[in-house]
Amino acid sequence: MDLVAQGIAHALALIVSLDREVLRVTLLTLEVSATATLVAVVLGIAAGAALALGRFAGRGILVALVNTSMGLPPVVVGLFVALMLWRSGPLGALRIIYTPAAMIVAQAILAFPIVAGITLAAIQQLPPGLRPQVLALGATPLQSVWVLVKEARLPLLAAVMAGFGGAVSEVGASLMVGGNIKGHTRVLTTAIVMETGRGNYDVAIALGIVLFVLAFSITLILTHVQQRGGGPGIYGQ
Amino acid sequence: MGRSLSLALAACLALLASCKPGSKEVILATTTSTQDTGLLDVLVPMFEKQSGYALKTISVGSGQAMAMGRRGEADVLLVHSPDDEEAFMKEGFGSRRLAVMHNDFVIVCPPAASLRGAASAVEAFKAIAAKQILFVSRSDDSGTHVREKKIWKQASIEPAGDWYVETGLGMGRTLSVASEKEGCTLSDRGTFLALGKGLDLEIAVKGDPTLLNAYHVIEVDGGKFPDVNHRGARAFADFLVSAGTQQAIGSFGVDRFGEPLFVPDAPGK
Repeated sequence: MDLVAQGIAHALALIVSLDREVLRVTLLTLEVSATATLVAVVLGIAAGAALALGRFAGRGILVALVNTSMGLPPVVVGLFVALMLWRSGPLGALRIIYTPAAMIVAQAILAFPIVAGITLAAIQQLPPGLRPQVLALGATPLQSVWVLVKEARLPLLAAVMAGFGGAVSEVGASLMVGGNIKGHTRVLTTAIVMETGRGNYDVAIALGIVLFVLAFSITLILTHVQQRGGGPGIYGQ
Repeated sequence: MGRSLSLALAACLALLASCKPGSKEVILATTTSTQDTGLLDVLVPMFEKQSGYALKTISVGSGQAMAMGRRGEADVLLVHSPDDEEAFMKEGFGSRRLAVMHNDFVIVCPPAASLRGAASAVEAFKAIAAKQILFVSRSDDSGTHVREKKIWKQASIEPAGDWYVETGLGMGRTLSVASEKEGCTLSDRGTFLALGKGLDLEIAVKGDPTLLNAYHVIEVDGGKFPDVNHRGARAFADFLVSAGTQQAIGSFGVDRFGEPLFVPDAPGK
């Protein structure tokens, strides 16, 4: 219990004093995970909508693949991305191993199936007659998809939150492709692993609290956007 | 749909390109002890300030660090596994190897194991095996693990059984496991002292000359791998053996632990 109390006290001290290293690590965490989520959202919503509306050979297998990948193990993704990005790997010429860009790639790969899977379910949940109706009103096919995406905005924002949560909380991939380099690729989760290894449990707990507050704040903002004017409630208007 | 996909792809590529680093970047692969003790937190900013290079430190075991060197994934290594280092040099993967510093390994045990004062490392290992005291092994091909295997061999013991557990973790976390499970382990002195406050372990054997723990810096041979930044590697190796750095190594930890964690090995250069 002592350790937990010390950790909380230490966390408050770090936050109140705006410790520069903690601030830098927190900002990088936000930058990397938010960018990864953005990439995953753009690609994931497009892929989810295509899977929900398209009818083509192999669709069933792709849907199963997306749903399975919603729980991809971060270390496996990290290993795969590292093998690709190492100097000797097929994409080694990009020279992005051990940079924030590599971490963005890995986290985006983790978040993409989460966003795509939820988008798929959300769009299939819409009334089946909606799209033909919109098309009959003169919308182009692309416009009709946009209408459907807007209709499904509540679950889609949930997809964004789930994607961000997956990205910001993982450690295996970030450690492997980022390397936990001080001032460069050290994010909250990898710093927690390192401080635990050093036996600095109070600092590790403090960073854990910072991570929770960060994830909570982002989710709070997204929830606000989601609920703003959103759903009519179960009794209609 | 196709357009939004290609737009997103273009955005990704632009993002990747913007992060492309220059050639002022040096990748150092090193043993966990240099990071877990905090030594690199002192040396890296010094080096970056003096040389203008950006040093990227990847903290793994010595075995993995040399594996990175063998593939040209790292430019320079700071490791402590002498037999493997000599093999590495003999195979032609390194262009230069210099002694940087040393300390010693210590065998640490819970106070209840009452192994304090064992005559030598080999005697202590024999006693641990005979009494079946829990022993926690790194089992990660790190310099410490290689040394541990060597001592078992010298004691003519093949460690196996319920009393021998393998973590596959770094030194800091293996020490935590040993402390929590009330077992013995082999540690470098630096990491043990750095973590000492939270551990319920005491030094059972120290000062045995076979427990010497020497750290060397190795420049990965740029002739084999065109991508290796051998100038940066040379700059870092030169920095480590320079008088100012050696002095910083020799005084590191005195303020926190009352004794230095490492002894510099390249004085006067």
